[in-house]
Amino acid sequence: MSEIRNEKPLPFRGGVGVGDVPTCTVGAGGQAPPPPPTPPLKGRGALGVQNLAIARRLQPLTAELHPGEVTAICGPNGAGKSSLLAALAGLLVPDAGTVTLGDAPLAGMPPRERARAIGYLPQAPEVAWDMTVEVLVRLGRLPWQGAPLHRAHASPAEDAAAVEAALATMDLSAFRQRAVSHLSGGEAARAQVARVLAGAPRWLLADEPLANLDLAHAAALVGTLRAEARAGRGVVLVLHDLAMAMNHADRVLVLRQGALIADGPPQQALSADTVAQVWGVKARWLGEPGSMALALEG
Amino acid sequence: MTRPVAILLALLAVAFPASLLAGKVWIDPLHPVVANAGVILMQLRLPRACLALVVGAGLGSAGAAMQGYLRNPLADPGLFGIAPSAALGAVLSLWLGVAAGWALPLFALIGAGSAMALLGLIAGRQGGVALFTLAGMMIASLAGALMSLAISLAPSPFAMSEIVTWLMGALADRGWREVWIAAPLTLGGVLCLFAAGRGLDALSLGDMAARSLGLDPRRLQALIIAGVGLTVGASVAVAGIIGFVGLMVPHFVRPFTDRRPSSLLLPSALAGALLLLLADVLCRVLPLTGGELRLGIALSLLGAPFFLHLLLRMREGRA
Repeated sequence: MSEIRNEKPLPFRGGVGVGDVPTCTVGAGGQAPPPPPTPPLKGRGALGVQNLAIARRLQPLTAELHPGEVTAICGPNGAGKSSLLAALAGLLVPDAGTVTLGDAPLAGMPPRERARAIGYLPQAPEVAWDMTVEVLVRLGRLPWQGAPLHRAHASPAEDAAAVEAALATMDLSAFRQRAVSHLSGGEAARAQVARVLAGAPRWLLADEPLANLDLAHAAALVGTLRAEARAGRGVVLVLHDLAMAMNHADRVLVLRQGALIADGPPQQALSADTVAQVWGVKARWLGEPGSMALALEG
Repeated sequence: MTRPVAILLALLAVAFPASLLAGKVWIDPLHPVVANAGVILMQLRLPRACLALVVGAGLGSAGAAMQGYLRNPLADPGLFGIAPSAALGAVLSLWLGVAAGWALPLFALIGAGSAMALLGLIAGRQGGVALFTLAGMMIASLAGALMSLAISLAPSPFAMSEIVTWLMGALADRGWREVWIAAPLTLGGVLCLFAAGRGLDALSLGDMAARSLGLDPRRLQALIIAGVGLTVGASVAVAGIIGFVGLMVPHFVRPFTDRRPSSLLLPSALAGALLLLLADVLCRVLPLTGGELRLGIALSLLGAPFFLHLLLRMREGRA
């Protein structure tokens, strides 16, 4: 019997916005419980899909995601997770159905206005030129740097403050002058998240942000993203690690072959039956809520 | 103003007046005893130096924009087929024997415009980079084949020699007319490239991330086609094919910038102007029997070894 297990997140030192999450170590028992979730603001500012369909990738799907929550999208390879996330970000034109932000359809929104509302981190983030961490993070401010007279144009001071806050949140202030090519995998992943945070989006969508991260860095990143959700942001993550989704998401969408199989709180959406049905694996959950592990059987 | 821009402006401020004094006839500003010094300066060297600045600035910024757009340090403005198409137009005017006065630059600009229109048609709705680049390379290949055809079927040995000489690229014997043709077009092109700066910055994070930052890929593509088309088309129209400036210059200045493509545009324009000004002076003062060294040849002689050096560095993972 093998076991997949992870525990409560390790917050980054000195992070802004995570001060309410107690410092802890991975694997240590008896942790303080997470702060109570703020009630989701139903309807207002929600990111919704109505009968969204993409040929050969997603079957008609309806869901409404709420700010203040961490929503995980799970499913086997080729289930349509990344397509759904890209459609939610307004980056994929659906063949049918609509994506809405609040009451407004995303398709009719000017690209820069959409970019100010929804931050997106692709599955394999790239940086073409060997810039420093600070320059990379500053690129996250691009949606705010339009025509100088535009109402949404940010002043240089506002840009600088947002970049500082993002660097601090991801504990990257000491790395600001380091070239991206000289970062470790975990540091590079944090720099990419900081780039998205610098844009101060209301929604943060990330496609497998924990891939290639070791357990400590993955737990720390999840802790930061949870803190962002508690601060009122909507966080949507594509996750392969079911234990991460079970322990840290407020809501889980399970996809299989482009169809929505389950949608609800993690205990319900990731039940042993669903895991067997979707992944074809016999498994059961061990442990207490918040620190559960998936034990494979047979 | 950033430090590289200030340094390049200072170098240009020194190099520009100094370049006017150099040539077959050296002019000593303190002892102006050279006959016809005024005519040499005003009618020959000043327009030539101005043209070097205009063409160099256009090619330098086009190179920086192309490398940013294709996210590849080996990209060159010639990749989209605009330079060969402009050259094909010019070759056609020489072939037809109507190259006098404004006709040759006009033919070249029509060639560049045709390539831009074709690229715009091929670019499609999505604004994808790979298909677009392949299309540009095919246009370049077609224009090159047609040029070779025109040379092989030249109506006379004189026309053939004229075509071959023109293709080598030069600023010799150019006057104010060429400056008036190239300057406004290059200025328009450089402004388009500057307008593309933020889009190029976003694109350095990859296509999806760039669009998530509000990038409109079709607008960016249109700005790049217009910017590269105008700068490169204008430069080929007045000076022939001058290779390697667009490739080399961004590499010279990149280490002195913060590596964002937008921060590379202005320094590349200034460094391109400086490089062409100095290379043209070198062509003028090198003692060669049978005339001046052609500028296109001089830059290729400098550029090819540089390119090899770059490839070696990339192989070692240092570029």
